Amino acid sequence: MKMKKNFNGFDFLQNNLVPLMFIIICVICYPLSGFSPSYLLNEIVTRMGRNIFLILSLLIPIMAGMGLNFGMTLGAMAGQIALIFVTDWQIWGIPGVVLAMLLSIPLSALLGLMCGKLMNMAKGREMILGYMVNYFVTGLYQLVVLFLMGSIIPIIHASVRLPRGFGIRTTVNLSNMRQCLDNQWAILYKGVKIPILTFVIIGLLCLFIIWFRRTKLGQDMRAVGQDMDVARAAGINVDRTRIISIIISTVLAGFGQIIYLQNIGNFPTCTAHSQIGMFCIAALLVGGASVEKASIGNVFLGVILFHTMFIVAPKAGGAITGNAMIGEYFRVFVSYGVITLALIMYEIKKRRARSQGGQLLAQAQKEGGVQA
Amino acid sequence: MRGIKKDFFGNQVLTDINFTLGAGQVLGLCGENGAGKSTLMKILFGMDVIRETGGYSGDIFINGEKAAFNTPFDALAAGIGMVHQEFSLIPGFTATENILLNREPQKKNVISEVFGERLNTLDYKEMDRRAAAAIEKMGVEIDAKMVISSMPVGHKQFTEIARELSKDQLKLLILDEPTAVLTEKEAEALLDSIRGMAARGISVIFITHRLHEILAVCDQVVVMRDGHVVRDVPAGQTSVDDITRWMVGRDVQTSAAPTEAKEENASANVVMSIKHLWVDMPGETVRDVSLDVREGEILGIGGLAGQGKLGIPNGVMGLYEAGGTVEFDGREIPLNSPRKCLDASLAFVSEDRREVGLLLDESLEWNVAFPAMQIQNKFLKNLLGGLVKWRDEKAIHKVTQKYVDQLQIKCTSTAQKAKELSGGNQQKICLAKAFALEPKFLFVSEPTRGIDVGAKALVLNALRQFNRESGVTVVMISSELEELRQTCDRIAIISGGRVAGIRPATDSSEEFGALMVSQVI
Amino acid sequence: MDKAERQNWFSQLINTYGLPRLIITGFLLFLFIMAPITGSDLPTQFTNVFNRFSWNAVLVLAMVPMIHSGCGLNFGIPLGVLAGLLGGTLAIEMGFTGPMSFVVAILMATPFAILFGGGYGALLNRIKGGEMMVATYVGFSAVSFMCIMWLMIPYKNPSIVMAYTGVGLRNVFALDKFYANVLSDFLKIDLNPIGINLVIPTGSLLFIALLAVGIWAFFHTKTGTAMTAVGSNPAFARASGINVDRVRMLSVILSTWLGAVGVLVYQQGFGFAQLYTAPYNLTMPAVAAILIGGASVNKASIGNVIIGTILFQGLVTMTPTVITALIHTDVSEVIRIIVSNGMVVYALTRKTEGAK
Repeated sequence: MKMKKNFNGFDFLQNNLVPLMFIIICVICYPLSGFSPSYLLNEIVTRMGRNIFLILSLLIPIMAGMGLNFGMTLGAMAGQIALIFVTDWQIWGIPGVVLAMLLSIPLSALLGLMCGKLMNMAKGREMILGYMVNYFVTGLYQLVVLFLMGSIIPIIHASVRLPRGFGIRTTVNLSNMRQCLDNQWAILYKGVKIPILTFVIIGLLCLFIIWFRRTKLGQDMRAVGQDMDVARAAGINVDRTRIISIIISTVLAGFGQIIYLQNIGNFPTCTAHSQIGMFCIAALLVGGASVEKASIGNVFLGVILFHTMFIVAPKAGGAITGNAMIGEYFRVFVSYGVITLALIMYEIKKRRARSQGGQLLAQAQKEGGVQA
Repeated sequence: MRGIKKDFFGNQVLTDINFTLGAGQVLGLCGENGAGKSTLMKILFGMDVIRETGGYSGDIFINGEKAAFNTPFDALAAGIGMVHQEFSLIPGFTATENILLNREPQKKNVISEVFGERLNTLDYKEMDRRAAAAIEKMGVEIDAKMVISSMPVGHKQFTEIARELSKDQLKLLILDEPTAVLTEKEAEALLDSIRGMAARGISVIFITHRLHEILAVCDQVVVMRDGHVVRDVPAGQTSVDDITRWMVGRDVQTSAAPTEAKEENASANVVMSIKHLWVDMPGETVRDVSLDVREGEILGIGGLAGQGKLGIPNGVMGLYEAGGTVEFDGREIPLNSPRKCLDASLAFVSEDRREVGLLLDESLEWNVAFPAMQIQNKFLKNLLGGLVKWRDEKAIHKVTQKYVDQLQIKCTSTAQKAKELSGGNQQKICLAKAFALEPKFLFVSEPTRGIDVGAKALVLNALRQFNRESGVTVVMISSELEELRQTCDRIAIISGGRVAGIRPATDSSEEFGALMVSQVI
Repeated sequence: MDKAERQNWFSQLINTYGLPRLIITGFLLFLFIMAPITGSDLPTQFTNVFNRFSWNAVLVLAMVPMIHSGCGLNFGIPLGVLAGLLGGTLAIEMGFTGPMSFVVAILMATPFAILFGGGYGALLNRIKGGEMMVATYVGFSAVSFMCIMWLMIPYKNPSIVMAYTGVGLRNVFALDKFYANVLSDFLKIDLNPIGINLVIPTGSLLFIALLAVGIWAFFHTKTGTAMTAVGSNPAFARASGINVDRVRMLSVILSTWLGAVGVLVYQQGFGFAQLYTAPYNLTMPAVAAILIGGASVNKASIGNVIIGTILFQGLVTMTPTVITALIHTDVSEVIRIIVSNGMVVYALTRKTEGAK
C-alpha cells in the first residue's frame, strides 16, 4: 500500500512538472520584478481576455488525437485578412469585429480543410506537418497581402494601402475598433479593468466545448483520437472526422486572433501571426496539458502562469543580471523549453507505455516459470 | 428464424465446404493452423481481404435467402457479429461507450437541426440502459463504467462480446478463439454465457484449440483440414481423441514419409542446450522451455500458432526479451544480445521476412552480404593499414551471384532491390544471408510461410543440403507438421509455451497432433 | 499511340523525378533564359549562384548522415551551427587572424559539436519516431539559450564585443581580419580582367568537394554501411547484430559537426558572423535544398545535396533580379518562403516514407 502511494506521488510530480516549475519561477521572479500587485493583476486579466479564446481553439484537435495544432496560425491569418478588409471598408466598433469574424469563417474553413487533408496524408506526423504548413501558408499570405491586395483584390482606402499602389502597409491600424469588445460593460475594480463582454464570449466558447464533447461528433473525435483503426472498424469516417476537427480549430483560431488584435489595436501586417501558435501552445502546456490530453482548466491555469512569467521575467532578469536583454531572451528560452520538454515527455511516455507492457509480461512469466 | 445454411464451393484454400447451422445452435469449428478456418470466417463476415484477392465462389444462405456481403458492415446489418482475436476497443472509453461505439443513442437539439445529425447530443441514460441490457444478456458481470485500459484482459473480451450482443439484429455470433486470453474461471463463465445466448436463439460459431470446451458447449462439431471439411458430427458423438485425429490425420496418399531421415543417433554430442527459457514475444510467449539440440541434426519445432514455437529462436537470438540459460558448444551464450549470438556462429532466418529479414529498399547484394560484413568483417578491404574498412563491392557481387545461382533466385541482377522479388525468392535471399555467415548452427523460422509449392520444395532441399553437406546443425520452426516430418530428424512440439514432447520424425501424425493440443493455454 | 506513349513517358518522369522538383527545375531554366532578356548579366548571375552554393553546400551536406540513419530531416541543425559559432568566436577571442583563425575555429568547434551531438543523439534515441518535431524545438531552445550565453560569456576581444558596454557579443560583426574569404580566395578564378563578370570561388568548391568525398567514402566503409542499414530497416540491423542506438548517435554527431563546419564556411563566404537569433534562419534553406535535390525523409545522397543546393540557391539568387526586372516587384522573398516550405510539406505527405 505504502509503495503504491509513493508511486502516485511520483506520478503526480511527473505529470505536473511543468506547471510546478512555472509556479516556482513566478514566485521567485515576482518580488524581483518590483511590480505592484494591482499592475500585475491588471496585466494578467488583460492578457487572459486577449489570449484565452485563441488557446481554447487548440483543444478540439487534441481531443481528436492530432496533437498540438501548430496549424492554428492558418486561422490567425484568415482573421487578419478579414480585419484588413473590414478596416478598408471603414466599418468600426463591434459591427466591424462581428463582420470580420463572419468574413474569416469561409477563409479559415478553406485553410483548415487543406491543412486537415494534408494531415491525413501524414498520419503520425501531424505536428511537424502543421508546423511546416503554417510557414508555407505564411508565404501565400504574404503573396496575397503584399502583392495581390490593391492590384487584383480591390483595396480602396489609402490609409491601408502602401504608397506604391498595391500591397498593405506594414502596420494595419485598428485604433477605431481598439478594445471595443473589452470596453463594453467593462468593470473597473480596484484599478483592475475586467472586460466582461470578452469574458462572456470566452465563457460561451467554454460551454460550447463542453457541450461539443457530449455530441455524437465529439464522441467520434475522442474515439478517433484514441484508436483510429478501431474507430474505422466501428464505421466512423476517420478522415472526415479529423478534417472537421481541424476546421473547427482553425475557425476558432480566426475568431481568437480577431479578439486578440482588437485588444492590441494594430498589427504588423506580415508577422502578427507568426508567434501566436508558439505562445498559445506554450501557454497550454504550461497549464499542465500534454500532447494528448488538455482541458479547459489547463487553458486558464496556463494563461495565468505563462503570462505572469512573461510579464515579470524581463524585469526580474534585468534585476538579477543587470542586463534587461537577458530577461527578454530568458522568456523566449522558457517558452521554447516548455514546448520541447512537453514534446520529449510525450514521446518518451509513448515508448515507455509500450516497453512497460513487455516488462510486466516478462515478470509474470518469470514468476510463472519459477512456480512451474 | 428457421435455420441458417451456408455453402461454399471454393478454390484451393477452401474446397467444397458445406455445412448448416440451425438457429440457437452452437457450432464448434476446429482445425490446425492454415486449415482454412479464418479464411472461411472472413468470407462469412465480408472482410475486404476476400474481395481484394478475387472474391469467392459458392453461396451463403441466411434464413433461406442468398446473402453476399461486400463489407463487414453488410454482414453486421444482416445480423452477423464477430469477435476477433485482437481486441477492437478504444482504451480510454468506458465499457458502455465501447459497447455502443458509433451506435450511441442520440438526442436532437436546435443546433443539430441546422448542422446535421452529427451534432446530436448523446443520450447517456439510454446508453447506460442498453449497455446494461447487453451485459445482462451475456450473463457475465462486468463494470460498465470502468475504463477499458484498466480492465483485466478477460473483461475486455467480455466487453467485445457485449458489444456484439447489444446489436438488436444479431442472429449469428462468431467467436474466434475467445478463450485464448481468459483464465480458467473466466473461460467457464464464457461457456455459460454461450449456452445462455444459444437459449435466446442466437447461433454461435465457436473457434478454439481447446477441444474440451467444444465438447462442453457445442451442439455440432466441424473439423477442417487443408481447406476441406473432414468431419461434421454432433458433439455428443465424438471425443477429444477423435477430433485430434481428424485434425492432423492425412490420407495415406498425400502423406509423404520422411525421405531420408537420419538414423536415430542418441549418442551424438549435444551442441546446444536450452534450459528454462522464457521469452516475452507478444502472441508467442515462451514460458519454460528446456531443449537439447544434437550436433549435425535437423531438429523441427512445431505446434499450433500462439503456443510459443516462434518465441524460441527469437528469444535465443536476442530479438525479444528472454531469460533462462542457453549453452552452445559448451559455452553459455548471453541472452538479449543479437551480436553475441552471431559472434558465436549462430544464424537466424526470421519468420518476419519483410520487417526483420530484409532490407527491402536495398540491393540483393547488400541483403546477402550485410551481416557477414558486419559480424565477420568479410567482403571488406583494409585500407590505410586497417584504419579504414572499405566495402569490397566485387567480393559482395561474387558471393551474391553464387547464392543466386545456387538457390535459383529469380532476379534481373544482383543489384535489384529486395522488395521487387516475389515472396519465395525473398525467402531464398534470407537463406543466402544466413549461409553467407557460414554458421555452425542455424535457426530457420517458418521458411515456407507464404511461398508457393515449387519454391517451398527448393527451400527445404537447400536447407537439407546445407545440413548434410556442411554439417551445420539446423533448427527449423514451422507450423506445417508435414513439412517438418519430411525435412527433420526429430520434432519437438511446443504447446502452451512448454515442450510437450520430442519424437522422431517417423512417428505418426496423430501422435504429434495429440501433443500439439496437450497443454494449450 | 504516339501521344499515349509520350504521356506515359511524362508520367514516369514525374514519378521518378517528382512534380515539385520538375516545376522548380523548369522555373530555374526559365529564369536563366529570361535573365539576358531582362538585361541582367548572365555571368554575374552565375557568379552569384556559385557563391551562394559555396556558402550553403556544407550545411545541406549536414543533413545527409542523419537522414541515412533514419533520424529524419535534421531540424536540429541549429545545434551544429551553435557549435560552429562557439568555435569561431573562441578562435577570434584567442587572437587568431587570417586563415589560421579558420582552422582553429573548426578545431575549437569540434569538441562542442561532439558534445552537443552526443547529447542530442542520446535524446533522439529515446524518442524514436518523433525526431523531427522534437528536433525543431530542441534547436529553438538551444538557440534561445545561447542568446543568453552570448551576453554572459566574458568575451574580451574588442572587435567582436558590443561597442559601448563592452559586455556581450555583437549581433553582427565583420570577419575581414579573420576568416572571411579564406577558402574562396584560394585559387580564385576571376575573369573580370578579360571583361567577363565571372568569379569562381575555387577554394570553397574544393573544400566542399573534399567533405563530400569524405562523406561518400564514409558510406562505403563498414560503419557507413551499417548506418545506411539502420536507416533502411532498424529491425534488420538489430537482428544483424548492429548496436542501432550507437550508430544513430554517431550519425547525429557527424551531422552536428558538419553543421558546425557548415556555418563557418557560410560565414567565410558571407564575410560576417551573425549571432543571437540568426541560426534559426539557416535550418529551412538547408532542409528545403536537400528535399528539392530529390532526397526523401529517409533517403539522401551526395548528388541530392549538390543538385538541391544549386537549384535552391539558384532560385534564391535569380528570382530577385530576374522577376523584379520582369514585373517590377520584388516577390523573391515570398517565392522563397513558398518554395522551401512547400517542398517540406510535400516531402512529409508522401506516403511511401511512412510505409515502414
